[in-house]
Amino acid sequence: MQAVNYARATDVDDAIRLLSEGGENARVLAGGTDLIVQARERKRKVDLLVDVKHVEEFMVLEFDSSTGLKVGAATPLYQVYGDNNVKINYPALVDASTVIGGKAIQGRASLGGNLGNSSPAGDSLAAMIVLGGVATIAGPNGRREVPVGEFCTGPGQNVLESGELIVYISFPPVGDGEGAAWERFIPRNEMDIAVASAGAWVKIEDGSVTDARIALGAVAATPLVASDAAEALIGRPLTDETISSAGDAASAIARPITDMRGSIKQRKHLAKILTERTIRTAVERIR
Amino acid sequence: MIPEPKVVNTIINGDSKQILVSERDSLLEALRDRIGMTGAKEGCNNGNCGACAVIMDGRLVNSCCVMAAEVEGSEIMTVEGLASRDELHPLQTEFLDNAALQCGICTPGFLMSSYALLQENPNPTEEETRFWLAGNLCRCTGYDKIIESVLTVAKG
Repeated sequence: MQAVNYARATDVDDAIRLLSEGGENARVLAGGTDLIVQARERKRKVDLLVDVKHVEEFMVLEFDSSTGLKVGAATPLYQVYGDNNVKINYPALVDASTVIGGKAIQGRASLGGNLGNSSPAGDSLAAMIVLGGVATIAGPNGRREVPVGEFCTGPGQNVLESGELIVYISFPPVGDGEGAAWERFIPRNEMDIAVASAGAWVKIEDGSVTDARIALGAVAATPLVASDAAEALIGRPLTDETISSAGDAASAIARPITDMRGSIKQRKHLAKILTERTIRTAVERIR
Repeated sequence: MIPEPKVVNTIINGDSKQILVSERDSLLEALRDRIGMTGAKEGCNNGNCGACAVIMDGRLVNSCCVMAAEVEGSEIMTVEGLASRDELHPLQTEFLDNAALQCGICTPGFLMSSYALLQENPNPTEEETRFWLAGNLCRCTGYDKIIESVLTVAKG
């Protein structure tokens, strides 16, 4: 392990101060399942770990049917997918958070950590995007809100400025006629990084799609908001044909690479198939 | 910059411990190298293999992915805490009787992960058991005997 020091933040302002004073190599420590490994393997230069898990605002899990869901940036995944309100109202978050690593990872890893790590393949990202997730960011100049779909700027890169950190991620309340789902493809059953993933959120009124959001993971340098795929659904009745055209639109915007996990051709194909599947699952889940 | 030595106060297997660590130590390094508790094993050292699994404040974690300084005020259970003074834990007995190990490096992690499973779900199905133990890797015996052992213990 490179030489790192550890500091336990006492509140949000203390975390901002520690990060600001620590400079560019000070990092926020949530579950550590990415950061500690990256520091050990010298993939990131880290000299100060700022542990935020003893500050309540980073650890919240609050649901209110009129205001929605608020998940602290360091709230561990097992709490998220184990929560009844999440299971009932935001099953797409359960889809994603139950397949990130194994049980020993889920005891520590968090949605905020997955977002802050900003891997294009981060499993929860497409799910959070289609659910309308918004990250509340705190920093030396106060707070700002950034939609999850606008957070990542490249592999491992994001909009956070020096001294800034994610405090929580909020999701709007779930209305009538709405459903969402997320799915990934891996060549085994568990413990793997997505070859490709997709999330879908749809709102259906009187048999027609009145609103939709589609997002893709692991098919570009960042998670993708697939607006064209959503547009292919909106204003149309939900038929096999419209679902297929949404899948085609998703595939068209995918800009994947070929690597050991999959080829460009396979990932473009998966973008279509996973988009179609998640649309169908999202519709089945409408209450 | 050399990290400062730091005293960490924790409870391990029910006993209060003060451990003098470096701030760069992982929990796994603190257990093994600072206080000689070598039950938890270092396999991959990156969160994939589960050989270092311990229970921290009631949750299964990979101790290679926890900083030692983080456990200030926490309660840790390691494989050394599984058996009582006189008797092995039923999981340990069943792993032995069923030959659910060969080289044994993965065994402490499997035991802690299986223990955590049965704490949360005393009657798991085979599929639930396989998914729960997916974060533990064995490279010699394979998994069937391990899964069978856990299911046998669950059935009592």
